Amino acid sequence: MSSSSEMTNARPVPDRRSVGWDLLGSELSVLFRRRRTWAMLGAVALIPILLAIAVRLSTTTLAAGEGPPFLSRVTQNGLFVGFTSMVVAIPLFLPLTIGVVAGDTIAGEAGQGTLRYLLVAPAGRVRLLLVKYAGVAAFCFAATIILTIAGLLIGAVLFPIGPVTLLSGDVISIPDALLRSLLVAAYVSLSLLGLAAIGLFISTLTDVPVGAMAATVVVSVTAQILDILPQLAWLHPWLFSHYWLGFADLLRQPLDWTAFGTNAVVQLCYILIFGALAYSRFATKNIQS
Amino acid sequence: MTNDASGLAIESDALTKQFGRQTAVNAIDLAVPQGSVFGFLGPNGSGKTTSIRMLLGLVQPTSGTVRVLGERMPDRLHTVLPRVGALVEGPAFYPYLSGVDNLRRYDSADRFASSRSRAARIDSALERVGLSNAAHKRVHAYSLGMKQRLGLANALLRPRELLVLDEPTNGLDPQGTREVRNLVGGLAAEGITVFVSSHLLSEVAQMCTHAAVMSAGNIVAQGTLAELRGVDTDRVRVLTEDVEVAVQTLARLGLSPQKSDAGPTAAWVTAAVLDKTVAPEALSGALMEAGVRIRAFSVDEPSLEERFVALTGEGFDVVQ
Repeated sequence: MSSSSEMTNARPVPDRRSVGWDLLGSELSVLFRRRRTWAMLGAVALIPILLAIAVRLSTTTLAAGEGPPFLSRVTQNGLFVGFTSMVVAIPLFLPLTIGVVAGDTIAGEAGQGTLRYLLVAPAGRVRLLLVKYAGVAAFCFAATIILTIAGLLIGAVLFPIGPVTLLSGDVISIPDALLRSLLVAAYVSLSLLGLAAIGLFISTLTDVPVGAMAATVVVSVTAQILDILPQLAWLHPWLFSHYWLGFADLLRQPLDWTAFGTNAVVQLCYILIFGALAYSRFATKNIQS
Repeated sequence: MTNDASGLAIESDALTKQFGRQTAVNAIDLAVPQGSVFGFLGPNGSGKTTSIRMLLGLVQPTSGTVRVLGERMPDRLHTVLPRVGALVEGPAFYPYLSGVDNLRRYDSADRFASSRSRAARIDSALERVGLSNAAHKRVHAYSLGMKQRLGLANALLRPRELLVLDEPTNGLDPQGTREVRNLVGGLAAEGITVFVSSHLLSEVAQMCTHAAVMSAGNIVAQGTLAELRGVDTDRVRVLTEDVEVAVQTLARLGLSPQKSDAGPTAAWVTAAVLDKTVAPEALSGALMEAGVRIRAFSVDEPSLEERFVALTGEGFDVVQ
């Protein structure tokens, strides 16, 4: 140690202030090095695998339209495994995993006491909220991409693969179909961002992560229940879950972006509203944990 | 830059925190001189931790102000906190990450911490607290003492001007406690101000140059250790069989003696000599002249513990 002065000078000169991407990198690395994260992603990957095996093993042929959407087409074309599993996972399973990750953001750090050390580092409260939200968003994309990839792989293994007949009756090539799969994954990830913002806000309200997780899942289930009540039809377009299954438009020729756009606008509204609520709650919160 | 003409590293003015109708911290005026090792004493629940959380911008004061390193908190938090190392109410880490990865996590939260020097700084901080060998173990497997050391390493990740250490020796064995004391001494010798909270008097007595005593949300005493101890006061103790005569003699010299039974024949007579008005030699001389048979005679300065108990009350009851 030739320059011990670095540690010992009485007037430390702070290094230049950086933009602070390091914290985002750290957040992603902590999130994706956690066993729980991979357990959930593994469970997500199991959905298409179980679905494909069940279809392969059963002898009864489904009539078109029976069971979840696209299920009857799976035996003819493995590329439909991904679409079908997406439909199966959206109502409960994906919101459940998002609820766990989003509910854990602030409450998890508070519960284990690391929040106070991040804040005295100082991470900055706004910056920490942004980084935490970016982490949840990254998880949304990871979950849907993994589900898509697992679906494509198991579909290719168990079923024939070929050009895909779209809902509009047109036939598209395999590369084009893969592109559509990614588009569907992007659509579903985007659909989950509103719920992620709600989870982040709930997470700022408590020091008990399990409570925030459960509350986020409850919100997601409640929104879907409201969405099926005809009396509340006026409310439906404003529910964050209303467009969750709307990705069928992406399986038409020509590509219809209307649902994608509407969905994006609704999710953005939720992000802005609940982001603002999370900020107003967290910016001046007394950190007692 | 530290533009504090006051020479105070921490300075609070009527700093108050209320939770609902309960006052946790009641208008305290802290004055922590730069370069001091400042002991923050008080029983559990006296408001120490809430005060520390206000210094660090974790808790918003209800009223009053606090300046740390010459700048207002929490307004200037982003420029003050990088110069402050802190251990707040025990260490806290990600149990599934290693010691090194935990420090990396906290260091990356500080926008002034350079990522180029990060690995080297983490290494030297771990070495400083004697954790180099456990650096790559998961914190899950750490003992409380090791976590405490890792918490200190986190406070030392970058060169600091002020260290705020809340109960730094909690969970450490006597060996570890001594190491922490030496560490604090070394840091103070480098000119770093150290603010240590503790409910252990002996710890403060051994480490600190200054102290403040908190009780039920108030600062009941503050100053140099000598001032707090009351060095101007002597305490005289006499063990004798001639108790009544001894009491009368001391009373005649202007003291207010008290007796306590010590055995079948003899008893201790004790008295405080305020401002050292009477020399010990004069006392012993007067006692012998009066014919008091002295078995033992001692004069000493009162311990910090006696002062502490006098200020905060005895027993386990949480005040408030």
